[in-house]
Amino acid sequence: MSDVVNVVFAGLGGQGVIKASDILADAAFRAGRDVKKAEVHGMSQRGGSVTSDVRFGREVLSPMVPRGEAHYLVVLSPSEVAVTRPLLGKAGVLIPPDLVDEAALPNRKSLNVALLGALARHLDLPDEHWLAAIRAALPERLHEVNERAFRLGREAAGRAG
Amino acid sequence: MERRLLSGDEAVAAAAMDGGVHLGTGYPGTPSTEILEAFSALGGRAQWAPNEKVALEVGLGAAFAGARAVVTMKHVGLNVAADPLFTAAYTGVSGALVVVAADDPGMASSQNEQDSRRYAIAAGLPMLEPADSQEAYELALAALELSQRWQLPVLLRMTTRVCHSKSIVTRQSAVAPAPVPRFARDVASRVMIPAYARPAHRRLRKKLESLEAWGETAPLAIWREGSKALGVIANGVTARHVREAAPEASLLELKLVHPLPLEKIRAFAASVERCVVIEEGDPVIADAVRAAGIPVEGKAPSFRFGELDVPRVRRILARDLSPEPEAPKGKPPQLCEACPYHPVYSTLKKLGCIVAGDIGCYTLGVLPPYEGMDTCVAMGASLGVGLGLRHVLPEEDARKVVSIIGDSTFVHTGLNGLVEMVYNPPPTGHVLVVLDNGTTAMTGQQEHPGTGRTLDHEPTAKLSIEGLARALGVANVDVVDPIADPAGFERLLAGRLSRPQLSVIVARRPCILAAADIRKYEKAAAAAGCAACPEVENV
Ligand code: SF4
Repeated sequence: MSDVVNVVFAGLGGQGVIKASDILADAAFRAGRDVKKAEVHGMSQRGGSVTSDVRFGREVLSPMVPRGEAHYLVVLSPSEVAVTRPLLGKAGVLIPPDLVDEAALPNRKSLNVALLGALARHLDLPDEHWLAAIRAALPERLHEVNERAFRLGREAAGRAG
Repeated sequence: MERRLLSGDEAVAAAAMDGGVHLGTGYPGTPSTEILEAFSALGGRAQWAPNEKVALEVGLGAAFAGARAVVTMKHVGLNVAADPLFTAAYTGVSGALVVVAADDPGMASSQNEQDSRRYAIAAGLPMLEPADSQEAYELALAALELSQRWQLPVLLRMTTRVCHSKSIVTRQSAVAPAPVPRFARDVASRVMIPAYARPAHRRLRKKLESLEAWGETAPLAIWREGSKALGVIANGVTARHVREAAPEASLLELKLVHPLPLEKIRAFAASVERCVVIEEGDPVIADAVRAAGIPVEGKAPSFRFGELDVPRVRRILARDLSPEPEAPKGKPPQLCEACPYHPVYSTLKKLGCIVAGDIGCYTLGVLPPYEGMDTCVAMGASLGVGLGLRHVLPEEDARKVVSIIGDSTFVHTGLNGLVEMVYNPPPTGHVLVVLDNGTTAMTGQQEHPGTGRTLDHEPTAKLSIEGLARALGVANVDVVDPIADPAGFERLLAGRLSRPQLSVIVARRPCILAAADIRKYEKAAAAAGCAACPEVENV
């Protein structure tokens, strides 16, 4: 299990937490990794807290990221940063919502994809798979906006790192 | 062979397709809802029933006719379907009937965390349980085969983590085409008068016995050799947590969770020094194994609550009973900002009502600022509970009692409560408010018999809530729009509360999240010149 990468996404219902985790899971799948993704939704659609776990590697067993063992924690809402922090491992990387300048985004709704761009900087997944996953997850009219958001996030992470 | 990333629910839908299922029916309930939606999207014939009991009866009828049927529901829905389920075990089926029950350990979106494995034991039905999407696919196919072979309904138990987790699924190519349904008369098997039911019960026990013997060698219990010092018996997704938490342990992964392969379990337990049963929910396996005289260790009672995960499994194995870390305290869900329920709740609060509530988005009205619900027990319970309160409270308080229920829940089991309301009216009368938002909002905007559209959003006959109330003889029946006329709603409710009569108020306004889609479906229906939907303009 040592090669398994654990990513937790957190935010509020309606922010695209699940969509972001779907895109990462798909990108990892396209890159030939074993993938598991688990989330709890239902009531969560009504603006409450939502988290989604993605794990990928050679073989993934449990679909849930053990508490305190996340390598990356991607948070979409400022109010969720402190709450979900304990999920992150000691050497883990936090990707907070203010890493990306919202005003620079072509569309505020694409913050989730921008933060994926920031995450992509840390992960060993080829760009082509990221882009294919973004396109597969979103309707065509949103492709361009989100690809731009993805690049923006990637650059922002470069500056921060 | 196609490899895809699928949720457990989507995997069951794929199996229904590849297994030649003729009909899928059910009632939306998180986390099971997506199975039928995905089955329909794949081209399967899927439909929503008014409730789980009806869904199971429709599936059973199809299976009597030799068809393959899948019926889906959440764990609490199985309670509603329990009546026909127990007798279906006696009648058996001619085709195949797979009942999918999705449990919710940890209660992500449910009112209790009951363990559906108890139903398999009580009804005497085989039950399979997958650990991930690939197994959900394979075991759903296996369940269809088992059902056909043993002529019994088969339960497929899922849990939230399996339903809503995505993992890689390889679909089989061609599965044998299902035979065309044909009805063959078999009165003695299907009419459960006592004279026929007595032999039917004996037949069921015989089938279970031979099934149990078959299960001992069937590839539905996977024995993973490991250390002799520690052996673990586990089922479902828990078995995956165990492999991660204790990779060195020997492991017996159970896929057939009823009947249990006790001889295999006996051999496994004897092969290790310490044998621990780790299961989410009730100690069903541990108890059964111990009752068979096999010494095993179970989990501590504190692990009866909530989901298991890798850290909790480590704790169970280490017999660690120290306090567990609190789950992150997130923000609770709430009514959408422009939800039509807001004016309803502020009015109920203003009038000081005692509110018997029900299950749906409006249950969120229980949270601040409204705290506008005094009871919420089960689907459809708001009517009966409200009536009970009215019967016994002193008159002044009884007059404040209101039952509120959503449109989908009203059709599900509220209708029976309305009949009770007319039949045994309390001396002060009663007021029922039906919150008609034109959809099943909580589970993700599914259709129901009151919307006038089928699962695929195609027009069909539309049930009229106010028409039903009038037909049953309710004295006062009104329809209002709580957003357009909040003052009118308040006047009406206050007036009805002061009368010792029966009143039904339909507060009608579409869910804001569903409104755009509803308009789109209506337009499409109008363009098609659909005659089946005369009430469309009232939605
Ligand atoms: S989803 Fe619809 S019914 Fe539910 S809270 Fe939002 S607006 Fe109200």
